[in-house]
Amino acid sequence: MPPEPPSTVDLFRQMLLIRRFEERVYYLFLEGEIPGTLHQYQGQEAVAVGVCSTLRTDDWITSTHRPHGHALAKGVTPRAAMAELYGKETGCCRGRGGSMHLGDPDVGMLPAIAIVGGGNTVVTGLGLAFKLRRTDQVAVCFFGDGATNEGAFHEGLNFAAVQGLPVVFVCENNGYGASTPWDRVSLVSSVAARAEAYGVPGRTLDGMDVLMVREAAAEAVANARAGRGPTLLECLTYRFVGHSRSDARGYRSRDEEAEWLARDPIERLRRRLLEGGDADEGTLGRLLEDVDAVVEDAVEFARSSPDPDPTEALGEAYV
Amino acid sequence: MSEAAAGTRRLTVGEALREAVAEEMRRDESVFLIGEDIGIEGGFGGAFGVYLGLTDEFGHGRIVDTPISEKAIAGAAVGAALMGMRPVADMQYSDFLFECMDELVNQAAKMRAMSGGRLRVPLVMRAPVGATTRGAQHGQSPESYFVHVPGLKVVCASDAYHAKGLLKSAIRDDNPVLFFEHKLLYGSKGREQAGGLDLIVEVPEEEYLVPLGRAVVKRVGTDVTVVATHVSLYRCLAVAEELATGNGIECEVIDPLTLLPLDTETIWASLRKTGRLVIVHEDTLTGGWGAEVAARAADECLYHLEAPIKRVAAHDVPVPYAPVLEQAVVPGTERIRAAILEVCG
Repeated sequence: MPPEPPSTVDLFRQMLLIRRFEERVYYLFLEGEIPGTLHQYQGQEAVAVGVCSTLRTDDWITSTHRPHGHALAKGVTPRAAMAELYGKETGCCRGRGGSMHLGDPDVGMLPAIAIVGGGNTVVTGLGLAFKLRRTDQVAVCFFGDGATNEGAFHEGLNFAAVQGLPVVFVCENNGYGASTPWDRVSLVSSVAARAEAYGVPGRTLDGMDVLMVREAAAEAVANARAGRGPTLLECLTYRFVGHSRSDARGYRSRDEEAEWLARDPIERLRRRLLEGGDADEGTLGRLLEDVDAVVEDAVEFARSSPDPDPTEALGEAYV
Repeated sequence: MSEAAAGTRRLTVGEALREAVAEEMRRDESVFLIGEDIGIEGGFGGAFGVYLGLTDEFGHGRIVDTPISEKAIAGAAVGAALMGMRPVADMQYSDFLFECMDELVNQAAKMRAMSGGRLRVPLVMRAPVGATTRGAQHGQSPESYFVHVPGLKVVCASDAYHAKGLLKSAIRDDNPVLFFEHKLLYGSKGREQAGGLDLIVEVPEEEYLVPLGRAVVKRVGTDVTVVATHVSLYRCLAVAEELATGNGIECEVIDPLTLLPLDTETIWASLRKTGRLVIVHEDTLTGGWGAEVAARAADECLYHLEAPIKRVAAHDVPVPYAPVLEQAVVPGTERIRAAILEVCG
């Protein structure tokens, strides 16, 4: 069954949920409640939400070290995601994965792969399994511009191409691999051009426009599902925050940041909803309250959940 | 093996491996093969011919020929395994495993744990090891790199009977298994001059499995325990016969078959009896799996030891090309004999 097409308000709500989740997580991290490190998704919400809105539950995604947005968009519950960040037994990976490995087999998300480019070969195996079993499932690989200079990107793309696998490669080109700007590491200006080099259709999109992402993803997913092989979507986007927890963003100008902030995918859709009469201020205000309540519920759930049993840690290498 | 005497054939390791995959593919639709040059018409059936003829029965759907892309091979195997398939992936030479260390070490070995035990990675990666005058990049025995990785299993097949039974078990195992075969043991024609062994052994007609994680005592003895895999095992067995007749030393020779998890029970039982331990492998000495066996033996059996533990391994240099140089580097019978005589002296 194809999923019920989400309304534009649904897409707005999902992006808002990711944004508020991430903003709350940031403070919980600073307050020392959440261990480890964080790679946050603010600014890129239109990509995860636009793409995942075209997928079924039994379609699968691979994600990266920055997976919170992908997880929520694919259907990991805020409770299970938050509890995982807290390292709790009730987390989606039972506290064994953490921030960089969010995932949930029940909603079609592998534990996120935090090795840059790691998902670009693994995703071909998902697609190969679907092809061999003759199902019409689709596998989507999220990765950053940085991954496109890994050998895995090229091997995965070429293998998916020659095998005609039901895979969609979604590059979130946020302009920087950690601190290194794209133009310092590639003479080719577009990632989509690299796809064409392997005979894979490549398309560059405004990754700050959830409706455009959704439309392009719907076409790519439909092609994959129909056995017409892989597509690469390059979504031009921007991370509004640092690469990780200790990033003062000295490598980007504040002017550049302001330009991208003005294109905030959530604010853009909000204006569009209001102008088109699809929602009024009151509705959107209630939506924000609702989303904040969901996030707060997730925090309380995580806080009150039990830690994993330390005596189990030693016996988990094998089935 | 004796029970199967009614219906046995004599097979090479290569033939036994081919039977193993064919039987498992017939038994389970989720088993498929993936690798370079494995199913191309007029091709090789894999670098050592193990898959020759299999496309006739299984076609190209379940025998997936890939570009020369080891990362893609291993990554695709991981992904397919996560979706419930049982890929048997193929490296032409084990040296190429270093091309896909991320997929094996970071993905295959860890996905199950990272998922909180919710996913499984039932893949097999077959890889030929051993120095056979191909030089530094086609002659390594890299088992020990993988013995260091929790979440992987590491198997070394040394004859046709065990190769078949172990490979079938590996395919059915829900964990990722690295399956190492030695180039000199496949039974290919005309390799005698290069040191290839004639290892055609009896293999039952009927189905059987050899469990992972269990060692086999190849020769019973009372004076010294010798642990060895692959071609080193046969060198040890030859030396053992020689020492029995010439020196009255009875070696107990053990093939661990699985290096990870290691069957320490069988090895320690032998060691407690003999009080002496020699470990032989073609992997280099420093950090080789023999070091792990030695350390554990010292930890768990120290008061049974009557002599220092000896390791006989390839010297710590890249494998050289010239036959005389290669023979000087890998552990040959002379070094094995000297080590055994030293601990029994």
